[in-house]
Amino acid sequence: MSKDRMVTLTVDGLEISVPQGTKLLKACLDNGIYIPNLCYIDDMEHPPASCRLCLVEIEGRPDPLPSCSQKVEDGMVVHTETDAVRLLQKTAFRLLVSTNHGKCRLCMANKHCAMQQIAKFLHMPLRTKKLRYIPKDMPEVIEDHPCIVYEPNKCVLCGRCVYVCSRQNYDFALDFARRGFNTTISFFGSQEEGVGDYCRNCRACVDICPVGALNFKDERDAFLQDLQAKISA
Amino acid sequence: MSDNIEQDQEVDLEEQQVLDAIAVELPGFSRDVHQLLPVLQKIQHTHGYLPRDSMVMVAAHFAVAAAKVFGIATFYNQFRFNPPGRHPIKVCLGTACHVKGGEIILENFTRRLGIEEGETTQDREYSLERVACVGCCALAPVVVVGEKIESYVTPSKVEGVITEIEIQNEIAEREKAKDEQQSDSE
Repeated sequence: MSKDRMVTLTVDGLEISVPQGTKLLKACLDNGIYIPNLCYIDDMEHPPASCRLCLVEIEGRPDPLPSCSQKVEDGMVVHTETDAVRLLQKTAFRLLVSTNHGKCRLCMANKHCAMQQIAKFLHMPLRTKKLRYIPKDMPEVIEDHPCIVYEPNKCVLCGRCVYVCSRQNYDFALDFARRGFNTTISFFGSQEEGVGDYCRNCRACVDICPVGALNFKDERDAFLQDLQAKISA
Repeated sequence: MSDNIEQDQEVDLEEQQVLDAIAVELPGFSRDVHQLLPVLQKIQHTHGYLPRDSMVMVAAHFAVAAAKVFGIATFYNQFRFNPPGRHPIKVCLGTACHVKGGEIILENFTRRLGIEEGETTQDREYSLERVACVGCCALAPVVVVGEKIESYVTPSKVEGVITEIEIQNEIAEREKAKDEQQSDSE
């Protein structure tokens, strides 16, 4: 696959040219066309396509498709804001939000949270309205790891942290555990010596988390202290 | 209190024995990652459960992250992470039992024994599990205690089931004491 070969396609009436083999989502984002997405990371070879937010309609295809796993083709005509696409995106978003207690002001990711961005984009509330609020039956904070804290109630299980951690040289690794509604990210085995030191310097999972569910313990403590001071002031 | 500590040590010792046994078995297994699940199954088959540290050992054996092994083991319902109790209690939550209030029965057991589903009491006397169906839906709600099936279970019967086991334990203990006394006097 030569990198130089360019492919021309039309997205929402705008003609764009991108290298062949690019994922449709990346092509759109690079050209200033925003499509909501949570689980995609640049240059992922096999995107999980699990958040169901980056759907688009491609002319000639019967149903909307996730743009993250779709490669660009010459002469492709893409629509990102049709009624069918919005309906699916809003439903997916509603499901994500149905476990969210919506205490954004108390969260470290406030104002740079992907969920807030998507809510604004789709004109949707961040607290569930149409669907029943079903909190996860899990502790607010899990402190299994020597230096990272995990907040399962904020986690959207996009799997970005699992992906970036698996790309590191060491396999200290975090991974999904359990299943269904009880799925969490687990740091099982991270109590071993040396893991804390490695993770402190790596930061990959903390930085990639779109919703601030993973944070460094000391940074979170400092943030909460700040917040406490602000509230009492 | 001191009794409790002694008990804790005993349990730890039991788990340590299991771990030692696993450490001996492990090198005999293939290191092919495809064998991960069969190896976990074999450990559970031999010892009745997967101790926490055994998953770390398995991870080291296959040279994969411990979190990965934990993720795989917790994904499947067939694996347990607590030693089975001497009286395993299985509460059926199949369709019929669910309709007849199996959840309430399960909650009664969790409250009575002070453990959650999938856990074992500190003294390893009872373990609590939920099962999908035991095949006698006409008797719903059903609880299986050891090999014995308890039918039409009600919250009051939960207390009865535990009391029955306790009484049997007491009788067994008394007889044992009597036997010892007899053998001592002889």
